[in-house]
Amino acid sequence: MNRRDFLHLAAIGTTGWFLAPQGAIAESTSPTNFFSVPPLPYAYDALEPFIDRRTMTFHHDKHHAAYVSNLNRAIATVPELQGQSVELLLRNLSAVPDIIRTTVRNNGGGHHNHSLFWTGMNPNGGGAPSGQLAAAIEQQFSNLSALQEQFNGAGARLFGSGWVWLVLDSGKQLQIITTPNQDSPLMAGATPLLGNDVWEHAYYLKYQNRRADYLKAWWNVVHWAEIERRYIAAL
Amino acid sequence: MAFELPALPYERTALEPHISANTLDFHHGKHHNGYVNNLNNLVKDTEMGTMTLEEVVVAAAKDASKTAIFNNAAQVWNHTFYWNCMKPNGGGTPTGALAAKIDNDFGSYEKFREAFKAAGAGQFGSGWAWLVLDSTSLKVTKTLNADNPLTAGQVPLLTMDVWEHAYYLDYQNRRPDYAQTFLDHLVNWEFVAANFDQAIAA
Ligand SMILES: [Fe+2]
Ligand SMILES: [Fe+2]
Repeated sequence: MNRRDFLHLAAIGTTGWFLAPQGAIAESTSPTNFFSVPPLPYAYDALEPFIDRRTMTFHHDKHHAAYVSNLNRAIATVPELQGQSVELLLRNLSAVPDIIRTTVRNNGGGHHNHSLFWTGMNPNGGGAPSGQLAAAIEQQFSNLSALQEQFNGAGARLFGSGWVWLVLDSGKQLQIITTPNQDSPLMAGATPLLGNDVWEHAYYLKYQNRRADYLKAWWNVVHWAEIERRYIAAL
Repeated sequence: MAFELPALPYERTALEPHISANTLDFHHGKHHNGYVNNLNNLVKDTEMGTMTLEEVVVAAAKDASKTAIFNNAAQVWNHTFYWNCMKPNGGGTPTGALAAKIDNDFGSYEKFREAFKAAGAGQFGSGWAWLVLDSTSLKVTKTLNADNPLTAGQVPLLTMDVWEHAYYLDYQNRRPDYAQTFLDHLVNWEFVAANFDQAIAA
């Protein structure tokens, strides 16, 4: 990580409400509560019919919550990491002691990826981006449908569990990538803009084996205004 | 000669209430079947199309250009093995030579159970938990995605699918409950013992 990336990241970190170590859910005042699960920014059934209430409930309240509690337990054992944002931890995983590195990678990644996921969706989502992001997409992908086709293809081909992303790479170019399990694009020095969860838990209750249908339906809830905000912040 | 989807060794409702017919319908009829179809498309008109499934798994594992073939072939093998590792009214404890070997290598059947459950719960993402014979010792291992002990020269004796599709309709996020149920009510120890007897005779 170069110095410019570091400063840049620190700047983003102060604007993301979900990055604050003491989050909005103050369920516990225990000293191990370094990170907390951000509340969903809409109702559990708000993304119906594309993502169902039951899926959202397990996904947010059980899966995301487990990543956060595992991360907290790990961070509790290493005082010098306490107070660091999850972005910093992931950008600089090699600085995390061996004994908890895989735990931080998996659970810090799980926490950050899911936090981005919830805020990247909205019941009034869908449609198309505008402004600078729209222009960059046109320049790099010709049009939004071409981007969506590439993104869906990458998500469908990902074998096992993971994420498909639109990221801004270190050369400030848009790129579609996939990451296995809960690996974050931050680990490779890229800034995640838009990510879809293709772990089976994200879609199995409603779509079962039909991941391709889920990938296609998901565009109806993408919160482009937020994705555009991330893009401009990352430039 | 194409690879074929084997029929389930029991009725689709036979593992209820522990694994639902709905789960088996998708798991066998869609996921396992999908791997068979993908594999056949990938090896059609190639030398691998004439190999046995085990040969394809082992050969494709050694060739970085054949990842898709490996993934699909191993998943065909893993799922067929997994169906056979379960039976209605299964569970209980192993008997005979296998039981003695488990006591010897793990300390007790209870310790084996704890290790197997921990392997299943600890496999991050998708994958499998295994009991294998590694040279002359029993071991509990876990593998990512399609990975299979055959490629490490180990003999698989028992497996549990921990891809979320194996349990999500019935257990959602509660993978440890699925693993517990698998050991308590589903394991076909006769099949596992037969695998063990065959492996030590070889
Ligand atoms: Fe998820
Ligand atoms: Fe499976």
